[in-house]
Amino acid sequence: MGEYFAGWLPSGWDFLGYTLAAFVQAFLLVNVIALGAFVFIWAERKVSGRIQDRLGPTRTGGAFGWLQSLADGIKLLSKEDLMPKDADPILFRIAPYVSFAASFAAFMALPFASGWVALPLNIGLFFLVAVLGLEVFGVILAGYSSGSKWSLFGAMRQAAQVVSYEVPLGICVVVPLMICGTMDLVAIGDQQRGWFTNWLIFHDPFIFVVFWVYFTCAVASVNRAPFDLAEAESELVAGFLTEYSGMRWSLFFMAEYGSMILVSILAAILFFGGWNGPIPVFSSMMDAYPNYFGNCWWFSTFANMAGVLNILIKASVGVIAMMWIRWTFPRLRVDQVITMCLKYCVPIAAVCLLGVMFWTALGVPFLNDLVPAHDRSLVREGWMDEGDRRADRRIEMIEQKVAASQEGGVE
Amino acid sequence: MIGLLASAAEASINWHTVIFYVTALVACGFAVLVATTNNIVRMAFALIVCLAAASGLLFLAGAYFVGAMQLMIYVGGTVVLLIFGVMLTAQKAFITMQTKGGDWILGLLVGGTLLAILVQLAFLVPQWQSSDYQAKADKNLATYVEKLEQQLADGQEITQPQRDELARLETLATDGMPQRTGEIGLALVGVRADQGTRPDEKGLAGYLLPFEIVSIHLLVVLVGAAFLARAKRHHAGGTTR
Repeated sequence: MGEYFAGWLPSGWDFLGYTLAAFVQAFLLVNVIALGAFVFIWAERKVSGRIQDRLGPTRTGGAFGWLQSLADGIKLLSKEDLMPKDADPILFRIAPYVSFAASFAAFMALPFASGWVALPLNIGLFFLVAVLGLEVFGVILAGYSSGSKWSLFGAMRQAAQVVSYEVPLGICVVVPLMICGTMDLVAIGDQQRGWFTNWLIFHDPFIFVVFWVYFTCAVASVNRAPFDLAEAESELVAGFLTEYSGMRWSLFFMAEYGSMILVSILAAILFFGGWNGPIPVFSSMMDAYPNYFGNCWWFSTFANMAGVLNILIKASVGVIAMMWIRWTFPRLRVDQVITMCLKYCVPIAAVCLLGVMFWTALGVPFLNDLVPAHDRSLVREGWMDEGDRRADRRIEMIEQKVAASQEGGVE
Repeated sequence: MIGLLASAAEASINWHTVIFYVTALVACGFAVLVATTNNIVRMAFALIVCLAAASGLLFLAGAYFVGAMQLMIYVGGTVVLLIFGVMLTAQKAFITMQTKGGDWILGLLVGGTLLAILVQLAFLVPQWQSSDYQAKADKNLATYVEKLEQQLADGQEITQPQRDELARLETLATDGMPQRTGEIGLALVGVRADQGTRPDEKGLAGYLLPFEIVSIHLLVVLVGAAFLARAKRHHAGGTTR
């Protein structure tokens, strides 16, 4: 996008184009979180209402109460911004922004369609996992700086939980990485092109188990029920954000919803084909008419827009599943949370990692080879041969040139 | 220093440079803050921002893997340090740390020496200052291609070593500035990208064995430490559960 804008401007003003592109991308990404939180907070009330056999919001904004989030937002904006007397003034003010920024930074490397990513990284997956681990930083700052023992206890409990759930989460994301052979999220998504049988979750039985472990760990690491013992708003005093009010509180809340959307999109990319629909409508058209559709910018843009729709639908299913879990399961005790992590999630993930390794190494046919699937358009290519192939092309060019000049010389 | 300023003046200021200076300023500023703050939690906060800015510098340099590693290990590790700092010392008596006069002198001495050495080293490597890496690589490739053309025109075939050399030059010219981290990572698992272009060539040993030995050694140390800690509690007579 930067090159596109820079191309409009006269040379020497390139940086203006890049800045413009950065602002546009930042605006879009902030709106993924903001609009996502707007929609999902409303949806959470409706989902919880359905599960508990009541109506949820009905008044604000027509029959479905769809303006409820906006009303909440205005309410939060107009609330007084309180700070306890014992609080550490600088850290108390900074903490919500740190929390939000950590959640937001991860979105930079998250692709929404093939090539539609703000910061194309060849280690995107690793970057995401590294940044996800930083969210606990804001929590500790908030808990410590509030100057209240409830906040400190809540922060410590949450820190213990998030840091320990990093371990199985890290093992789980290694499995798709191992199958795809790349940490580039765009490449991982593109390798699952074709029919839905190409999605990695149908790759072999082990990765099917890994997905559920990943989802459990993701729910725990974004601090959602039944793992919200740090917050426990109905029993304890709301954990690390006890002392926050108004807009600062809602920044924490936005960060939580941002993380929920983030881990759901990541799950969609790693296990559910990312931006590829279950039926390869666009990619088969591109393959069938490469001259007409394959190299056509408006068609690929159109396909990418459909891809964004796909990935948002998949992520929404993940987020709504999290809500469903929240309003269905009772909260776990702290020892149950740690037992769940260390006794079940880590061993299961590790065994599945080994299982996928042997499955691949022993050459057992992949399930998506057994099921008749669309030909994989993107075969993994040996990176070693790239230089050789370029050299071959160059030698052909040289030979043609020499041959042409010799013919010319003969004549 | 004068060389640096001069090169900045003659090169047109691009956005990359501006962001580099901003990030570097943030890193240095928060590093100073680490030294001057008394409150232990604020100190850790400043340290985390400083390390995150350093990872930003690595991202600017195109070393994405090292940058993410910096985030994962140093920043994440410091977060854990912060947790322990808060847990163990967050009482009134321990919350402030005073730096004594002698410590200041010692710190400035060590830091100043390190800075002097690093500045020297930074200006020793010519590649870090040159922005014409790509131009040189293109020129080398073009010269070699001309040589090969000449050779073919003379009626000689292109030999395999020449072909490999051409592939190497092509790779240098296409990939831009070398990103050594990828090669180090591959070397760890046994593929030496810097020696030859094919896996069956000689010298592709890699560092996998020493790497594994080091990790096993670390594991043994950890297990030993855990064992020692546990045995002591047994000896004290209390039940372990």
